[in-house]
Amino acid sequence: MKRTHIIILIGIAVLIVGLLVFSVDFSTYDTIDSAKNKQGKFVHIIAKLDKSQSINYDPINNPNYLEFYAVDSLGGKTKVIYHNNKPTDFEKSERIVLKGKMQKDYFDCKDILLKCPSKYKDDKKMLEKNIKEQDSSK
Amino acid sequence: MIKFEGEHLLPGQIGHFFVILALVSSFISLMAYYNASRAINQESKIKWEQYGRILFLIQGISILSIFSIIFYICSHHYYEYMYAYKHASKELEYKYLLACIWEGQEGSFLLWSIWHAVLGSIICFRKKDNEWKAPLMTIVNVAQFFLMLMILGIYFFGVRIGNSPFTLTRNEIPAPIFSQPNYLTFLKDGMGLNVLLRNYWMVIHPPILFLGFASTIIPFGFAYAGLQTKKYGDWIKPALPWALFSAAILGIGIMMGGKWAYESLSFGGYWAWDPVENASLVPWLIMVAGVHTMLIYKSTGHSLKASYWFSILSFIFVLYSTFLTRTGILGDTSVHAFTEAGKAINIMIGIFVLMFAIPIILLYFKHQKNIPVIIKEEETSSREFWMFIGALILFLSSLFIILITSIPVYSKTPLLNDLIIKIHGGPLALPEDPEFLYNKVMILVAIILGLITAFSQYLKYKSTPRSAFIKKIVYPTILSAIITAILAIVYPYTYYKHGAGFLGAIYTASFCMIYSFIANAMYIRIGLKDKFSHAGGSISHAGFAIMIVGMLISSSNKVVISDSKVNGINIPASIDPMSKKQDNPTENLTLIRQVATKMGEYDVTYLKDSAGNEKGRKFYALEFQSKKNKGNEKFILKPDVYLMKDNNMSSNPDTKSFLTKDIFTYISFAINGDNNTDTASFRETTIGEGEKGFYSNGYFLLNKVSKNPNNEKYHFKENDIALMADLTFVSNDSMHYKANPIVIADSFGILQIDDTVYAQNLFVKFVGVSEGRKIKVGIKESKTLIDFITVKSYIFPYINLVWFGLILMSIGIFISIIKKFRLSNTIAITILTIVSTGLIYMFLFAN
Repeated sequence: MKRTHIIILIGIAVLIVGLLVFSVDFSTYDTIDSAKNKQGKFVHIIAKLDKSQSINYDPINNPNYLEFYAVDSLGGKTKVIYHNNKPTDFEKSERIVLKGKMQKDYFDCKDILLKCPSKYKDDKKMLEKNIKEQDSSK
Repeated sequence: MIKFEGEHLLPGQIGHFFVILALVSSFISLMAYYNASRAINQESKIKWEQYGRILFLIQGISILSIFSIIFYICSHHYYEYMYAYKHASKELEYKYLLACIWEGQEGSFLLWSIWHAVLGSIICFRKKDNEWKAPLMTIVNVAQFFLMLMILGIYFFGVRIGNSPFTLTRNEIPAPIFSQPNYLTFLKDGMGLNVLLRNYWMVIHPPILFLGFASTIIPFGFAYAGLQTKKYGDWIKPALPWALFSAAILGIGIMMGGKWAYESLSFGGYWAWDPVENASLVPWLIMVAGVHTMLIYKSTGHSLKASYWFSILSFIFVLYSTFLTRTGILGDTSVHAFTEAGKAINIMIGIFVLMFAIPIILLYFKHQKNIPVIIKEEETSSREFWMFIGALILFLSSLFIILITSIPVYSKTPLLNDLIIKIHGGPLALPEDPEFLYNKVMILVAIILGLITAFSQYLKYKSTPRSAFIKKIVYPTILSAIITAILAIVYPYTYYKHGAGFLGAIYTASFCMIYSFIANAMYIRIGLKDKFSHAGGSISHAGFAIMIVGMLISSSNKVVISDSKVNGINIPASIDPMSKKQDNPTENLTLIRQVATKMGEYDVTYLKDSAGNEKGRKFYALEFQSKKNKGNEKFILKPDVYLMKDNNMSSNPDTKSFLTKDIFTYISFAINGDNNTDTASFRETTIGEGEKGFYSNGYFLLNKVSKNPNNEKYHFKENDIALMADLTFVSNDSMHYKANPIVIADSFGILQIDDTVYAQNLFVKFVGVSEGRKIKVGIKESKTLIDFITVKSYIFPYINLVWFGLILMSIGIFISIIKKFRLSNTIAITILTIVSTGLIYMFLFAN
């Protein structure tokens, strides 16, 4: 066997890996409305917590059940059910990325990624807010 | 113009001066070294090099001064400076003052350039490798120039170039208080270091990682030097020890990040294929590939072009990873929320990447035809052949990782994104189980690498006689097959989540890695006759193999012991056909204060909470008591929660480490505010169906006792042994409350699942069965609100193999470096002792 042969074999292996990857069902970023048209399909939604609705989390009865409403920038709105704990700083999040599947009347969420102002130290607005608070607490 | 009171403006002005000095001197040094590298006569070359060296020294001193001034500003809490205001605070412990400097973007660029200055100084003041100095230092100076631009903060035509660490708070933030001359009296405290980062790893991980990043510029510089001097192959020999150094430090740095994530962040593991982790793994993989092709070139003259590519790409991917992590392009995909520092900076980082990548690649193609190539192909029975294949696999796997990691970049690339939307129906996002996407490819990589590293040591360069090879390889092969078989029988993997095929792949990979370990360990005996100074390669391969075995075992057999039957059984989750378990376990468990709850083989009781040293930190004492060993095994874990300003919270896990397993626990939810003590205990009542019992605020009825209930909350099957009491509590104000405590007998013994009547502050326990179809019901009444926490708890078996393997691998690489630098025995032993004690302490004992 020559080096070229082996390289060809590796080429084939790469092709197989390529097919393996290609066979993976890559997800999409969707809006709430477009996700509603793709029921049962795993999607990513960039949204905001709807603070006008109540967040339902009662850890003493079930620490793996969180229910809340999300809205996105296009005005879409959905109920979300997340079978896990309420993420830290959930109420303070400015933006959330929801990963999961849209069901009939709710979004079955598998994973939540939060964008919190606390992480946005470099965000000027956050700093401004912080300074104003110090100012008012004088 | 307002005259502000109490400001300390001098340090900032000095700091700013040093930034400009560093920028200018790195540029002049760059020109001097560039002239030196092109000088024809020796005399002018030496003269230019002298200039270059002095200016590089000035530049290095300036950078150290900048760093010292930032430290001074932060440690004195001069909040008139934006950097101190953003990153320092008065409560910050001394050790975190350093950490708060590299929390910010400016500080981490500075850290990077400090290491460039240190490495550059070593190169230009060493007596060796004189012919390479000029081109090498040209490259280092280009990088330094760019890094200084990043922290310059001067306006050119209305665009701010770089963010200076010495800007003033009042100039950066438009707020009314800055119109008052005494505004500083209101800025009482800075924002401080993010509590997530308050960990000793934050003090040590960034410097090591950045040393790793910075060191990749040296092989890159050597590759450039090879092209520039037209001595196309001679650079490999002096570059090799640097490439090894880079591989060792970068490897350690990456795994320190893993250990940090494991110990103190609530990700639930040491590796999550997070973009930020991947971005640093990719240069390491390429550097390791480069080390191998360089070794091939040194011994046989093959693989020179590959060595060029790997040396160049490793550094290019360091720059690319900076681009990924620092421009905020990963925004929605990474838990490491690095933020955008503004468009100008993003464009600068992009230029930084391209300024290195494009010229060097053009230069390479210009010289390509002159780079010597050996036409005759390697024999398949030669060591270099298989080393090259291994290096190629490492490189391809790194490409795979970076292609997947770059998905967010595709969405930001105008034409590409349109194309993706057309084909895919929306912007591309990772699949439902992104980790599996990586794992299923990387397990194949592990299998191939395991096999190659196992047998290739037994091959000789050029070609190997067949019979001698087979004779030597046969014992390790048989031995590792036996060990894998024993492992499969005694301690089988229980990772059924992805089916039999993947499980088979895990076993195959385990065999290959065990094979690699045994073969390399035996090679030190047979092939090297115990000469440890030559055993660097074998030791690091053996270490790498153990590390991967540790990863396979600890991830495959990880157990979520807080996965409860109690909670959320009403979830319609699919049942895995092989394990008969829910494939999406619900991982949180609520622990009520003073009430023992079953978690795997442990009874866990939340005993009490206590305040920590830092403001807002609270520890929760959890007592674990094992039912095995007659209940003698007992220990307390103290995970904690940090409450910050703004009521932000952060949770730090606590881990009990045994030799063979870790028990990892963290608080996923805690009640905010004052807690109350609960001293009440259970009061037992024996009661039959239809009978009545009493509690302080009313009475209760036992409606019925049912076996193996199947209702909306519990789904038991016929062969389970479970009893549920159906109780109704009637309070004095005639409110009715249901309670369904349960008792289950399973392989671990008796398990009671208490129910709560939250409105009445009651805990109801099914204590046991009594005579005459009666049961014992325990009732606990709290006077106050119930105190509870919600935890997640995992067991990671044999995770120490991961750390041990990493340490062994690093020691192996250092042995090779020492051999390449031809250090004396005493120095060699001193270095090895320091490195190994340091690593063993950091990875196995610290915390």
